[in-house]
Amino acid sequence: MNENLFTPFTIPMMLDIPITTLIIMFPTMLFPTPNQLINNRMITIQQWLTKLTSKQLMNTHNPKGQTWSLMFISLFLFITSTNLLGMLPHSFTPTAQLSMNLGMAIPLWAGTVVMGFRNKTKISLAHLLPLGTPTFLIPMLVMIETISLFIQPLALAVRLTANITAGHLLLHLIGSATLALVNISLFTALITFTILTLLTILEFAVALIQAYVFTLLVSLYLQDNT
Amino acid sequence: MASVIPRKEEKLLDVKIGELPSWILTQDFTPNGIAGAFQRGYYQYYNKYVSVKKGSFTGLSTVLAAYMLFNYCCSYKEFEHEWPRKYH
Repeated sequence: MNENLFTPFTIPMMLDIPITTLIIMFPTMLFPTPNQLINNRMITIQQWLTKLTSKQLMNTHNPKGQTWSLMFISLFLFITSTNLLGMLPHSFTPTAQLSMNLGMAIPLWAGTVVMGFRNKTKISLAHLLPLGTPTFLIPMLVMIETISLFIQPLALAVRLTANITAGHLLLHLIGSATLALVNISLFTALITFTILTLLTILEFAVALIQAYVFTLLVSLYLQDNT
Repeated sequence: MASVIPRKEEKLLDVKIGELPSWILTQDFTPNGIAGAFQRGYYQYYNKYVSVKKGSFTGLSTVLAAYMLFNYCCSYKEFEHEWPRKYH
């Protein structure tokens, strides 16, 4: 039982060769490049969704912040597609690995912070102190704000990892519980219904991507504007 | 018996089983050749099933089903133990 719970999160192997890179590159096959003005239905739907998302994400930025739109949209598409593909049975979700999420979170956060400090040093430093604090609280508050700034990439990565991993684990547990209770049919219907609800709620892993990119966006917003 | 199209450009599904070894020998196994083979395969599927005037969900869902099957095969060893059996 102990070994079975975490085997979906082990690195997928094919003939003892890790194929993680192949699985990470698989979603690119599902987003073909549009090469005409009016494309086939799949590309049209994807274009419409991308336009919707990018307008929603980038309209609060000034032109300098909007240069990051390609980065944000590709991040969003990547996380959405990997999370949704992980909902298929037996598939491997790369975003459930903390190493990968840290690799996404730390460089992006560091980029925004460094950009803010290089271009607007005074304003970035001023963000470390909320407005209107009593004078004797200033040292402690600066320390607290610095700590909260440095926790941002860790929080971004761990949030995504924990949500995806916990969701998958729950689905496994409840699924196996249902199977075990099939002989005692009184609870079966209730638990199968719980699985159904949980699956739907887990589909809102897509909402997690919203959370991811939005928090990133907030950070960039804070650094570039005032 | 010999095919009319030059051997190298014949698709795999059109090659007869007896001619298979000679077909394999004419294929290009350099990295460029392998990349080209994957690209050709991708666009063969794409242009036939997805990029049509009235494409439907089946074009995409076949790919997802094949992906699922691939993952099932890769992780078969791990859930072989979980099958309902009298003696494990």
